[in-house]
Amino acid sequence: MAELSAGGEAGEARPVPFRGGGFRPGRARWAAPALFAALLILWEAGSRAGIVSALTLPKPSDVALTLWGLAKSGALLEHLVPSLTRFAVGSAMGVSAGIAVGVMIGLFTLARAGLAPLVSALFPIPKIALLPLFVIWFGIGEGSKYALIAFGAFTPTVVSTWGAVDNVDRTLIRMGQSFGMPWRDVVRKIVLPGALPGILSGLRVSLAISIILLVAAEMLGANRGIGAYILEAGALYDLEKLFAGVAILSVMGMATSALIGFLERRLLGWRN
Amino acid sequence: MELIAEGVSHRYGGTEVLRDVSLNVRAGEILCLVGPSGCGKSTLLRLLGGLEAPGAGRISTRGAPPEGCLNPLTFVFQDFALLPWRSVAGNVSLALEHHALPTAERARIVEDALRRTRLSDFAGALPRQISGGMKQRVAIARALAVEPAVMLLDEPLSALDAQTRELLMDDLVQLWARRPFTAVYVTHNLSEAVRLGDRVAVLSRRPGRVREMVEIGIPLAERRAEDPPLAAVERRLWEAMREEAMAADRELVDG
Ligand SMILES: Nc1ncnc2c1ncn2[C@@H]1O[C@H](COP(=O)(O)OP(=O)(O)OP(=O)(O)O)[C@@H](O)[C@H]1O
Ligand SMILES: [Mg+2]
Repeated sequence: MAELSAGGEAGEARPVPFRGGGFRPGRARWAAPALFAALLILWEAGSRAGIVSALTLPKPSDVALTLWGLAKSGALLEHLVPSLTRFAVGSAMGVSAGIAVGVMIGLFTLARAGLAPLVSALFPIPKIALLPLFVIWFGIGEGSKYALIAFGAFTPTVVSTWGAVDNVDRTLIRMGQSFGMPWRDVVRKIVLPGALPGILSGLRVSLAISIILLVAAEMLGANRGIGAYILEAGALYDLEKLFAGVAILSVMGMATSALIGFLERRLLGWRN
Repeated sequence: MELIAEGVSHRYGGTEVLRDVSLNVRAGEILCLVGPSGCGKSTLLRLLGGLEAPGAGRISTRGAPPEGCLNPLTFVFQDFALLPWRSVAGNVSLALEHHALPTAERARIVEDALRRTRLSDFAGALPRQISGGMKQRVAIARALAVEPAVMLLDEPLSALDAQTRELLMDDLVQLWARRPFTAVYVTHNLSEAVRLGDRVAVLSRRPGRVREMVEIGIPLAERRAEDPPLAAVERRLWEAMREEAMAADRELVDG
């Protein structure tokens, strides 16, 4: 053994190179903040050095000051509260209806035959184009905004839920039936938990679309809200305010994504 | 309780899978079903357990299920069919939760089933944390928990390695010795069939018919793997199956 592994007449022993790594992204909490900070620092430095003109891009520090002023004056809350309410109500309605319809399409022949083409027909419609219609149906107030956001979250949720239900292992369902589980229990204890990973990852898309539609709705008809704030800033070419508004939206996006990540770690710990 | 198939035929689309199969499973016996790959063993088992309806013929039971039986016809699946999000104990209790049982009684049944399969120490583990052999023991515990009248096992050991298979076979023999159960045991492994079966039904190639029914006269507890009489039975089964398997091998799958 010793002679063999030490090389001997066959030549030097060389370690077998490792080539099995990658394709398996892990977690690195520091990466996102570091990239973010690096971009901001670069941008700030560029602005200060005059490479980036303040007319095309405001300094990050100025945007931060604007945000700070907004927070101190209380105007931030004034815009944020209605926006968050619309976002929460609208997407809750859209997501819950979407999950219900998606599960139905996943489980029932008739629902699939009838609703699946309908959903495919609705999916590509730019929902913003429907805002005037919703204003006629639900009034100029909150109703039309809720409807728009709900509708926007609805279609992607249906599609992802339906796919997730389709992907639930049928042998698990047969197993449940073989133990005489009632239909309700099969859905509640096997289909829904099995579809949860797909539903949650679909939620990331649905909620991002909800934020887009929230801003669109507020731009088209609201005095308060982040969208209205951004529209006003844009009309005045106040780039600091514009960027402050955009920064708030980004934070909202990250917060929802973090919330879903948290839910995934809590509810899907069984996966890995 | 006895489980009876009379003149059962079944087809999937244009493929005739079973033709005029009649057999009965007597109370307290283990009936093994062997046959070449694709001859309809799994299909027959699903028909026996009511997971599918036969195209023709009749599946029926005779007699009352044993006392405390919650699910007369209970499956053990080849790929375990455990819910990955439930613990070992949770998977066993899944089979009980839809029955009106006092909580304490349910806990007692789960505990008892886990003890019988030597899983008590792993009650809180998730399926991904345990080995394949243990997973199948969980599935067996889940089946035992409902006190089945007839257990329907579809190649329960074929996803496992040879050593684990031996150990689990011993487990099954011991479980049976302590409290005999009725079972239909599908396998393509003849040595499994002669170790566990009271009778062995050899199915022909597709469309499956009962080609031979072999009674093994030796009590389960007295069998050893290398017993000459058992080896003789195994040889006889192989003779019966060999032709079918060779013929099946030459056929096109969709032919
Ligand atoms: N749900 C189904 N739909 C269509 N064809 C099926 C279905 N289930 C089984 N078959 C076909 O019926 C035949 C018998 O299948 P079955 O699974 O019962 O065989 P088997 O004896 O259990 O085979 P194996 O030894 O591979 O487990 C096969 O040709 C298979 O392709
Ligand atoms: Mg099979």
